[in-house]
Amino acid sequence: MEDTLLVSPAPHVRSAVNTRRIMLDVVIALIPTLIASAIIFGFRALGVTALCVAVCVISEWAFEKLCKRDVTVGDLSAVVTGILLAFNLPSTIPLWQAAFGSIVAIVVVKQLFGGIGRNFANPAITARVVLLISFAGSMSSFKDPINDAVSGATPLAIMGANGNMPSLLDMFLGRHGGSLGETCALTLLIGGIYLVARKVITWHTPVVFMGTVFLFTLALGEDPMYHLLAGGLILGAVFMATDYSTSPSTSWGKVVFGVGCGIITVLIRVFGNYPEGVSFAILLMNIVTPYINALTRRRPFGAAKKTKKA
Amino acid sequence: MSLFRLKGVHLKHCKNTAQMPPERIDTPKTVILPMSMHIGAPAEPVVKAGDTVKVGQLVGAANAKVSSPVYSGVSGTVKKIDEIVFSNGAPIKTVVIESDGEQTVFEGIEPPTVNSLAELVEAIKNSGIVGLGGAGFPTFIKLDADKERIDTIVVNGAECEPYITSDTRTMIDDAALVADGLKLLMKYLEVAHAVVGIEKNKPECIKSMRAALADVVGAEVKPLAAVYPQGGEKVLVYHTTGRVIEEGKLPIDAGVLVINCTTLAGIARYINTGMPLVQKCITVDGSAVKTPKNVIAPIGTPVKDLFEFCGGFCEEPRKIIFGGPMMGTASVDTDFPVLKQTNAVLAFAKKEATPPKVTPCIRCGKCAQSCPFGLSPCEISDAYKASDAARLQKLKVNLCMECGCCSYVCPAKRNIVQRNKMAKTMLRNYQISQKGGNK
Repeated sequence: MEDTLLVSPAPHVRSAVNTRRIMLDVVIALIPTLIASAIIFGFRALGVTALCVAVCVISEWAFEKLCKRDVTVGDLSAVVTGILLAFNLPSTIPLWQAAFGSIVAIVVVKQLFGGIGRNFANPAITARVVLLISFAGSMSSFKDPINDAVSGATPLAIMGANGNMPSLLDMFLGRHGGSLGETCALTLLIGGIYLVARKVITWHTPVVFMGTVFLFTLALGEDPMYHLLAGGLILGAVFMATDYSTSPSTSWGKVVFGVGCGIITVLIRVFGNYPEGVSFAILLMNIVTPYINALTRRRPFGAAKKTKKA
Repeated sequence: MSLFRLKGVHLKHCKNTAQMPPERIDTPKTVILPMSMHIGAPAEPVVKAGDTVKVGQLVGAANAKVSSPVYSGVSGTVKKIDEIVFSNGAPIKTVVIESDGEQTVFEGIEPPTVNSLAELVEAIKNSGIVGLGGAGFPTFIKLDADKERIDTIVVNGAECEPYITSDTRTMIDDAALVADGLKLLMKYLEVAHAVVGIEKNKPECIKSMRAALADVVGAEVKPLAAVYPQGGEKVLVYHTTGRVIEEGKLPIDAGVLVINCTTLAGIARYINTGMPLVQKCITVDGSAVKTPKNVIAPIGTPVKDLFEFCGGFCEEPRKIIFGGPMMGTASVDTDFPVLKQTNAVLAFAKKEATPPKVTPCIRCGKCAQSCPFGLSPCEISDAYKASDAARLQKLKVNLCMECGCCSYVCPAKRNIVQRNKMAKTMLRNYQISQKGGNK
């Protein structure tokens, strides 16, 4: 019997939560919005999402095989990236562009920096920005779900042009032009509440991010409710500004991150050339995350206030 | 009293044996008495092969300042002076005694006279009692201090590790002894205030200790949240008194003496009877054990005898743990003896024993969020990998009490606390080399 006894370091019990379970929770939280997008924008929304997920998973697997790394597709993080990227694309996007974006997200942004946990920028956001700059036309022509026509008019663009805005109820339910997963505030919030309840994320970043946008636009004399519901704010605040490896891990850091994201978003929306600024805001804050982490670290319990020089 | 609650983790308590009063094991055929079951210098064997010994007879004398004597828990013949290897790799001298089954008590056993603090300290030193909660620090040293500096005694009845119920049983079955021990300490240390910290998942203990302490002026029972590691010294002191033990300081610097409830009962028992510490209540549990039990066994009993007494194994054991599952040490065999500070022996079947697969860190920050002391284990790991000792010093890895919350919560199942331990050693070596360089 002695030969079979295992010796390993303590602790000898571990929590049931693992990386795959966390990613599965994120996928579950995204499903209501996926269903909403199919209802709002039609089945092409599902097709774009399926394609992004497939290309993300395959490119992660292929890259890891090529580099002789451990294959990590089982942790479902590539699935999450695929869904999030699709949610940031118009339902009308040419499929090859969606596939290109998926490869950028996984290979360039994630794997080239060392894979899960090592990337400093959010893969889905970065890929969206790459696509926005590369294919400005197809990335800004959205299907209008009410008139069933393709137009470039998202509520933020309409707001910029002082046009007729959809009603707040339509905004809340997502019946307006936009990226396929960003319009339905209702399902996005349900997903967010699920993630907080499952302790996958904390409330800090989403609440502070959205709160900052609300207060800042109010102060600037804009309509804060429309700013809250329009564009990718809720999608970004709940699902992308809370990405583990690219956002701060301390509670105060999350608050700072949320404030920073909120301010940059409003500045771009109100004063910038682009109608939407959530992706740029998150991307910029991703870059300063290590500094936020370092500056918001708690003083350990009982630690001497000054480090004595030995 | 404490401003905020320190973080920790909610564990499955698995206190399966809480309702089981301890049963006495049949006298083991052989006992193995390591000369070092405490922090400090090992005891020196005072017997040789062929000598006859009786229950309560000295077999290892404490000749150093920080040490503790070892007594035999069986009567019989010394077979040999041997050596075993501890889990930390250190070879330790042992006295192996073959029992005659008679359990003849040594003639010299008589209650000590205690009329002063000095006599109490001497008595506790002779009793062989060490921190029975698991630390194994010789108890008399804690008392042999400037009593003016102590104004509160904190009794550790938290027992926050899963499975273990030996302290639970002490507080239920021997509440009066715990109270007697506390009274002795309060009297001779001239301390007016004492707090017994007990986790709320042990309502029976809270009740029995409250009843036992009803007539002790200045002593109170404080129910604590059942959050691991409630029984960690700094955590317990903070949650019972609101005092912070600062970096590099001892409880006495915060005016506190911390003592385990079973240690207190042991002191009272020795003062009443004069029988030194020769036996221990041990929780025997785990998925591979047929009938989990609390067992009273002579110190030095090989753990295989304990498992046999509990009906043997219902499944092939793949991991044997001394202590609790959070901080206990895995053993390589079942011949290893029960030590003074052993409070549980657990045997786990394959399902629980197999360590989970380690995957890459996803930077979720759960390790830092669960750390009672607010350390950043993730960054400590990075600094350790980069051999950056100066950064480890900034990150205060020296404060880590190795409770294992970080490893427990880690979704990537990384051995974080083990990395912390290695980082602590790296920092210590760095600090020593720095001092050497400055001379």
